[in-house]
Formats: sequence, structure tokens, C-alpha cells
Amino acid sequence: MNELPLPERTTLTEPYWKALEEGRLQFQKCKHCGHAWLPPRTECPECLREDWAWQGASGRAKLVSWVVFHLAYHDYFKDRVPYNVAVVELEEGPRMISNILQGRELRIDQALKLVIERENGIAIARFNSV
Amino acid sequence: MAARGVIAGIGHTKFGRLPGRGTISMNIEACRNALADAGIEKREVDALFVKVPTSRYEAMYGQKLADAMRLQPRVGGVWDQGGAAPISMISFACMAIEAGQCEVALVAVADDPKSGTRQAYVKPSGDDAIYGWFGVAAGYAMIARRHMAEYGTRAEQLGAIAVACRNHGANNPHAHLRLPLTLDKYMASPYVVEPLRRDDICLVSDGAAAVVVMSEKRARELKMKAPVPILGFGQGHTSWDVVQRPILTSTAAKVSAKTAFRMAGLSPKDMDVAQIYDCYTIAVLMTLEDYGFCRKGEGGRFIQDAGVALGGRLPINTSGGLLSETGMPGMQMVLEGARQMRGTSVNPVANARKCVVSNQGGVMTTHSTLILGQ
Repeated sequence: MNELPLPERTTLTEPYWKALEEGRLQFQKCKHCGHAWLPPRTECPECLREDWAWQGASGRAKLVSWVVFHLAYHDYFKDRVPYNVAVVELEEGPRMISNILQGRELRIDQALKLVIERENGIAIARFNSV
Repeated sequence: MAARGVIAGIGHTKFGRLPGRGTISMNIEACRNALADAGIEKREVDALFVKVPTSRYEAMYGQKLADAMRLQPRVGGVWDQGGAAPISMISFACMAIEAGQCEVALVAVADDPKSGTRQAYVKPSGDDAIYGWFGVAAGYAMIARRHMAEYGTRAEQLGAIAVACRNHGANNPHAHLRLPLTLDKYMASPYVVEPLRRDDICLVSDGAAAVVVMSEKRARELKMKAPVPILGFGQGHTSWDVVQRPILTSTAAKVSAKTAFRMAGLSPKDMDVAQIYDCYTIAVLMTLEDYGFCRKGEGGRFIQDAGVALGGRLPINTSGGLLSETGMPGMQMVLEGARQMRGTSVNPVANARKCVVSNQGGVMTTHSTLILGQ
């Protein structure tokens, strides 16, 4: 319980994690209807087809909402509380869970910029204020 | 509907920590009490609807309960919608009765996260655990933050909900937590996942509750003493994960309520009392908005100005709700709605003739609405 709870890497999600290790955040985009999404899925949730490709994100995003955990639900986070977890919307559309790095006061809808950090051997997509 | 349904009997177990019972045992006790309240024998029952326990999922649970009750229902099984399941099952029972599929339904819910496991409420959210994203409370907190930022909703307004529910529950001898609350104490309660405090968050309780549903005609034939007419019901499901919802501050509770009010031919202003699913205070505030008791964004002001405690314009959760009576997902709200219509609540609302009951599950993911009358 002291270890960072690592993602389960599958054939589907491996390209996402590998790209982060190479310094790029990727999302999926449907070649048929143009819908873009995260987290990885086998079918486009909009048109239900399997005709999609990975695409690189610009790294520009905005803050949809955030919370601050004052209670650790897992031992790894015991020394980190209080810590924030945010919903972030990439400018290309997909939304994802992340952490906001800087300590200044956060504002809903503020502009964010991607920062890829390494932690316990894994590359993680976090965000900073612009 | 041509043949209106009624709630003919209600029953429940103790609420709190009930170690060693298990959900089958608690479901049976609640059903036994509901049958006794209706004044009918088990042999009258030909349908059994049960919610899968949140605390422990298992296959064919509905048949296991029927086996344990030596029932062979014409219609029977499990419904899985989290906290929206109780009202959804009641509505499916009404529709099955109307369609001639069955005549007398038992609808039951039991859960034992207090003495069993509360894993369902604190588990990591898939691969997002690397961000420290855990549990159900955080999803509601994410919604609450956005609501506060967009509409100026304040902690004191969420606190007024907690104070009302806790003070109502303090007067309920069956309540799991009989501890009155003041706004000062609420504001001093520690954050769990900010902006939500400990006192914004429902109890974790063992317990069960059940109702008997039949047609109004059948209730007359059986000379029921206090059948409660079901005037309307509806469902609506937000379904998308909190992260993926384009709008965080409104849910499919709108659809659920609109369907139920239309069926009843009534509107929010006709309601004298309400039982609003209070797993988290923000859920109550947003449900009041989405149901149309006030406009979107004005829930905080409605709670302060109209008042949701006894004596207010819309008393809610008069037996204490999930914040005080029991954390059990949803059926207790239906029981209290029925008691208000019968005039047997420990906190009766004078001349209450119509009651709306809300159920919801997940993180405002599933929604079900019931309108009761006299």
C-alpha cells in the first residue's frame, strides 16, 4: 500500500503511456466523425466505430474543476495531503483527471499548460498555470 | 396509467452497525415487516424486486433472496442502479402490475457496508489512481466546486441542508446518528475532500427496507388500512463519468422529475414535503434546482430563503435522510414519504398531501423520482 498505484498497461493503453515517456500527451480521434477522447477506448463513443488514430495534444488546456484531498484513501498519498486533483479539458476537447502543480490560487476555467513529470518510474501528465 | 399503484406496506430493520446479519437476513426482516404493515400474508406476493447490495455484488442475488424466502415469483430479479434502484424498482413493479405480469410485489433493499466492506465508496478510479483520484466523495466535491464557482453557492448554504437533516434525524428513534447539528459545528467540521466537509457526507450504515406495491383496486379488495397512492414516477440517467460531463452542475434528475411530474399532472409548487437523496449536501441542492423548485444556480438561496427544515416552505428529509437516519441507498426516503402521507412521521408536516421523493446513484449518475399522494 506504500507504492504509487500504477496504471494497468494494456495493448490499448500502452501507446498513451509510451508517448508520455517520450514527452508527448496523446488522445484518440475518430477518423470517421472527428470526435476526440480520453481515456483510451476501443470504439468511438460518439459514432461507435473502431476507425480511430492517436493524435498529439498541444498541451494547452483549461481547468474545469478541482478538489483538495485532506484524507488519504491510499497510504502512498499520506504524506501528500492536502493535494489537489483536477478535471482538465484539453483544447482539442478530451477531458482528463490530473494534478495542478503551482501553489497559487486556482480559478475555474483558467488556462493551463502541460508538464510531464516522472514519478516512481512512470511519466505522468500534469498541468501548470500559464 | 389506468390502474394506479399504491404502497400498501412499509418495513425496515434497525439502522447502524448490524454485524453478522448479512443482506439476505436483513432483506427478509424488512420484507416481513412490510408484509405485516400491509396486513397480508407472504402467499399473496407474486413479484420480488431487490437491489443488488452495493457492499457485495453477487450473481443471481434476486433468486437467492427468493430461495431464502421460499418464493417463486412471477416477476423477480435484481436491479442495479445504485441509489436510484429503489424508486426504479417500485416504478417497474407498477408497470408490471399494470401489464398484468404480477399483482403484489415486494421491493427490497439491504446493504451492510458498516460491518462488511465499504470498498465501493473508497476505491481508486481506474488508472487515475496515480493522481490520487479515489472514492465517491471526490466526484461530488468536483461538482460542488464548479457549482460554487459558477453560481456563488456557499458552504453555509450546503450547511443549512446538513443542519436540517441532522436535526430531523435527532428526533427519529430509529436514526443511526441522533446528533443535532448547528451551522457553527458544521463549519468547524473538517474537510474530507474540499470543498466537502465531514458533515456534508452521508453515514455508512447496515440495514434494510422494503415496501409492498399493488394496484389501488387490489388494495381496496384487501381492505388495506393505509395505502399510499403512487401518483407519478420517472427516471433519467446522466450516465457519463463526472470527468466526461460537458456540464457538471446539472444532471438527468431534470428528466427524471419532468417525467414524474407530468405523469402526476403536478408541479414542484404542489409539493408539501420532499425526501431528497442526501448522500452529499450538494446532491440535495442540485436536485432542488433540477426538479424545478428554483432556477439553476439559485439552490443555495432557495435553501436559505424558503427553508428546508420543519416549518420552512419545503421541509426535506423529515426522518433524517442519508445524513442522519441511515446511509442506506434510498429506500428510507420512500418509507418516510409514505409516512408523511399517512400522517405517521415522527416529524409530521401539517396538512401534507403531496410528497416528492428523489433517489440517485453513483455520482449523480442515475436518477429516479416518485410522487406520492393521499
